[in-house]
Amino acid sequence: MNFLSLYILILVLMMMGLFLSKSRKQIQIIMITGASFLLLLSGALTYLYLTERAAGNTAEMLFRADSVWYTPFNIHYSVGVDGISVAMLMLSSIIVFTGVLVSWKIDPMPKEFFLWFCLLAIGVFGFFISIDLFTMFMYYEVALIPMYLLIGVWGTGKKEYSAMKLTLMLMGGSALLLVGILGIYFTTGGSTMNILELSKLKVPLEMQRYFFPLTFMGFGVLGALFPFHTWSPDGHSSAPTAVSMLHAGVLMKLGGYGCFRVAMFLMPEAAHEMAWIFLILTGISVVYGAFGAIHQTDLKYINAYSSVSHCGLVLFALLMMNQTATTGAILQMVSHGLITALFFALIGMIYGRTHTRDIRLMGGLMKVIPFLGVSYVIAGMASLGLPGLSGFVAEMTVFVGSFQYADTFHRILTIGACASIVITTVYILRVVGKVIFGPMQDKHHETLTDAVMYERIPVIVLTAAIFGIGMFPGWISSMIGDSVLPLISQFIR
Amino acid sequence: MDYSSFLQMHEEFSLLGVMIILLLYDIFASEKYLKYFQPIAIVLFLVHIVLNCVPRETFQVSGGMYEYLPIHSYIKTFLNIGTLIVFLQAHKFLNEDANRIKRGEFYFLTLSTLLGMYFMISAGNFLVFYLGLETASVPMAALVAFDKYNNKAAEAGAKYILLAVFASSISLFGISLIYGSTGTLYFNDLPALITGTPLQILAFVFFAVGLFFKISLVPFHLWAADVYEGAQTNITSYLSVISKGSAVFVLFTLLVKVFASLITEWQPILWILAVLSITIANLFAIRQKNLKRFLAFSSISQAGYILLAIISGSAIGMSSLVYYVLVYIFSNLAAFGVISVIEERTGKINIQDYDGLYQTNPNLSFVMMLSLFSLAGIPPFAGFFSKFFVFSAAASQGFYVLVFIALLNTIISLYYYLLIIKAMFLNKSDHPIEPIKSDFFARVSFAVCTLAIIAIGFISPIYDQIHLISFGM
Repeated sequence: MNFLSLYILILVLMMMGLFLSKSRKQIQIIMITGASFLLLLSGALTYLYLTERAAGNTAEMLFRADSVWYTPFNIHYSVGVDGISVAMLMLSSIIVFTGVLVSWKIDPMPKEFFLWFCLLAIGVFGFFISIDLFTMFMYYEVALIPMYLLIGVWGTGKKEYSAMKLTLMLMGGSALLLVGILGIYFTTGGSTMNILELSKLKVPLEMQRYFFPLTFMGFGVLGALFPFHTWSPDGHSSAPTAVSMLHAGVLMKLGGYGCFRVAMFLMPEAAHEMAWIFLILTGISVVYGAFGAIHQTDLKYINAYSSVSHCGLVLFALLMMNQTATTGAILQMVSHGLITALFFALIGMIYGRTHTRDIRLMGGLMKVIPFLGVSYVIAGMASLGLPGLSGFVAEMTVFVGSFQYADTFHRILTIGACASIVITTVYILRVVGKVIFGPMQDKHHETLTDAVMYERIPVIVLTAAIFGIGMFPGWISSMIGDSVLPLISQFIR
Repeated sequence: MDYSSFLQMHEEFSLLGVMIILLLYDIFASEKYLKYFQPIAIVLFLVHIVLNCVPRETFQVSGGMYEYLPIHSYIKTFLNIGTLIVFLQAHKFLNEDANRIKRGEFYFLTLSTLLGMYFMISAGNFLVFYLGLETASVPMAALVAFDKYNNKAAEAGAKYILLAVFASSISLFGISLIYGSTGTLYFNDLPALITGTPLQILAFVFFAVGLFFKISLVPFHLWAADVYEGAQTNITSYLSVISKGSAVFVLFTLLVKVFASLITEWQPILWILAVLSITIANLFAIRQKNLKRFLAFSSISQAGYILLAIISGSAIGMSSLVYYVLVYIFSNLAAFGVISVIEERTGKINIQDYDGLYQTNPNLSFVMMLSLFSLAGIPPFAGFFSKFFVFSAAASQGFYVLVFIALLNTIISLYYYLLIIKAMFLNKSDHPIEPIKSDFFARVSFAVCTLAIIAIGFISPIYDQIHLISFGM
């Protein structure tokens, strides 16, 4: 058995363990052991991947394994990783690990919560390791449905509305996607579902014109492509903390990853033709999301709109279709995943203490909960792209890549997207100034207690990762950049 | 004439044997032994399933009146399994004092309809086919009106028999036109003679209406909701799953075997019917409060999805259809099973009665959730795979627009399936349904369905095997 399948196996074992567990103690032990194994596995994978590459293995995908599943449809259970998936797997396991700690004391029904949480994680990990269209699509849908119950049962606010909206919109996306996938499969002759083999066959251009927008929009819904982003603010703000983290941190990246690996990689000609439409849409996402965030008063809404803006930037950079911008897009996925997870974790902890997320009702929290306050400022700085933190590395690469086009159309869009950084600064500093610093708003807040051990660990892990990428971006950006090259060569004319 | 070839019809004879044994047992056994009636019936039927599940070589009986193909063994076995699950779920209902006296009839009537379906499936001639169709319809009407003192059931029975007879008479008229224009009723001779003259097209349309009625496609669906609501729940589940499953299979075989030359006529017809069935049934399902009516509309839309497999007219369509029926049997019967258990104990049948069900009955809610997810086509449950294959079958013939419309409809269907899940898991209730301990037989049926829903998708040999055999079509 291939060791990439261990990701799925560990999670399935965790689910079985949870099913048999009797007490909260047992549930916690199972979850933390499993999540640590996932983290170790990702660490080992990164190490093995880098040594393998250093040894001169230039295959497109490493650690391949392939076994036939459904012969009549050429469906294989096929796994393999390149630098992009390694980075995404690392990100996912960090966020699953921290998500488990953040929901350490989840109430009610911890067993059911973690069962759905594991199912969600299976979808995420499975998606990143598969290179078969069918299994990829299957894992994609597996990741969607647990969200309904996770938000509906354990969420806050208008959770039933949000859960339904999110589920239906994302399923709508996957409906578009399925047409696209079937189209790709049958117009290439119905001989293979393997992405690498499909890329060598050509989808006829007139068919690409139908299936590219369907596939791109299908994944784009999950990547918060304007105007299909409306599920994101409601969904993220109603979800329980760990689910917001996993969803904004990893699940939205499924969208960007899929757009790149399936839609653009398999149908490069149509991608060239139609890039301008989607560039405008993603440009709107970037700017509109940032403006949306300025106006919000709920901490989670601010962060959700900021996610729309930053995930828009991912798609924006992908559509620029050159190596630098694409590398930046993947870096932005990782960086935004870490930052937004940190944000949501901190907001969850703050909300657990103040019982409000309205920024007008909070203030001066730095005095009473300095650990959370400092971490929040760090997350904010990373989000607005302060050098030394991961956000800077990613956004810098994106904009350098985007500026390589000399025509007016790309220039205007790039400048517009750059301007969103300024808007980001506005809403980040507004929150930081109001909530963390500033005068105390509520005298009940003077007795708040700072983070305890199981809350500090996830914050420290995430902050360390953000600093790590910010200080030493070389290895990860070269790992991603090398892997982007074979993909990008498809559509460099 | 050589009668030995008759003995090759193993399935029919063994089913007939089971029926006669049960009938005699019911009449002649003393009170002391009669309490073992149901377990014996179930065991006998299980033996019948096991004896007949292995496919054999193709053969014909009486010069092609009856034609056996290996795939028939599969579809019959799947229908058998579904019937067995219905028997398991009906055990409690039939053990009640009021119904104990009638349980012999229940088994006999159910198995008679099943026998009719066997003949429909393996018919090689329109006369045998029509015989099967009627054998499957008339006892069904008696079953629907099983609880004769219940006004709704009696009304449903009357409605069913009137409309069924009407539909099959139209079918019969179509058959007579076919005979008039070709001079034969044998399936093997007809393809060469059906050339697409206007009379033959008319004949085909008349004939097909009878089957569309059985499958309850829009606009021939108006009986479904009332009959489903009026009939006893276990009978409803039998009607919605087994009866429908056999009819779609027969429709497919007739279209590709007999009416293959009319493909340019029937593809657009099916296209429109599929879109109508899926969309209209979905829109009506949203509004239903009564769960049986709700599942009636949901099963109409499921039938619409099956048309996507039929419209392809290919071997992949055949195998997708059989697979879809298999998955649909387990998913729908699990949902109906939960509804019947709850209705049996509490009499509650509306969606809002299910508020907070998870708090009091976690296991029943779990089974219900699995079945609804499977019906909605959510991975990793079996329904996802069967839907994917059906869509692939249609897409392989270039019906992308149809697939697109069907997929958009899956979102609507997901919405109303989620409404039930929302009631069970999210809503709070002051008067939730009290904890229910279901009987042993029902629990066995739930275990079988749950296992099947979770496992079938991952066990690809099931599909591969069906596919292998369906190439013989």
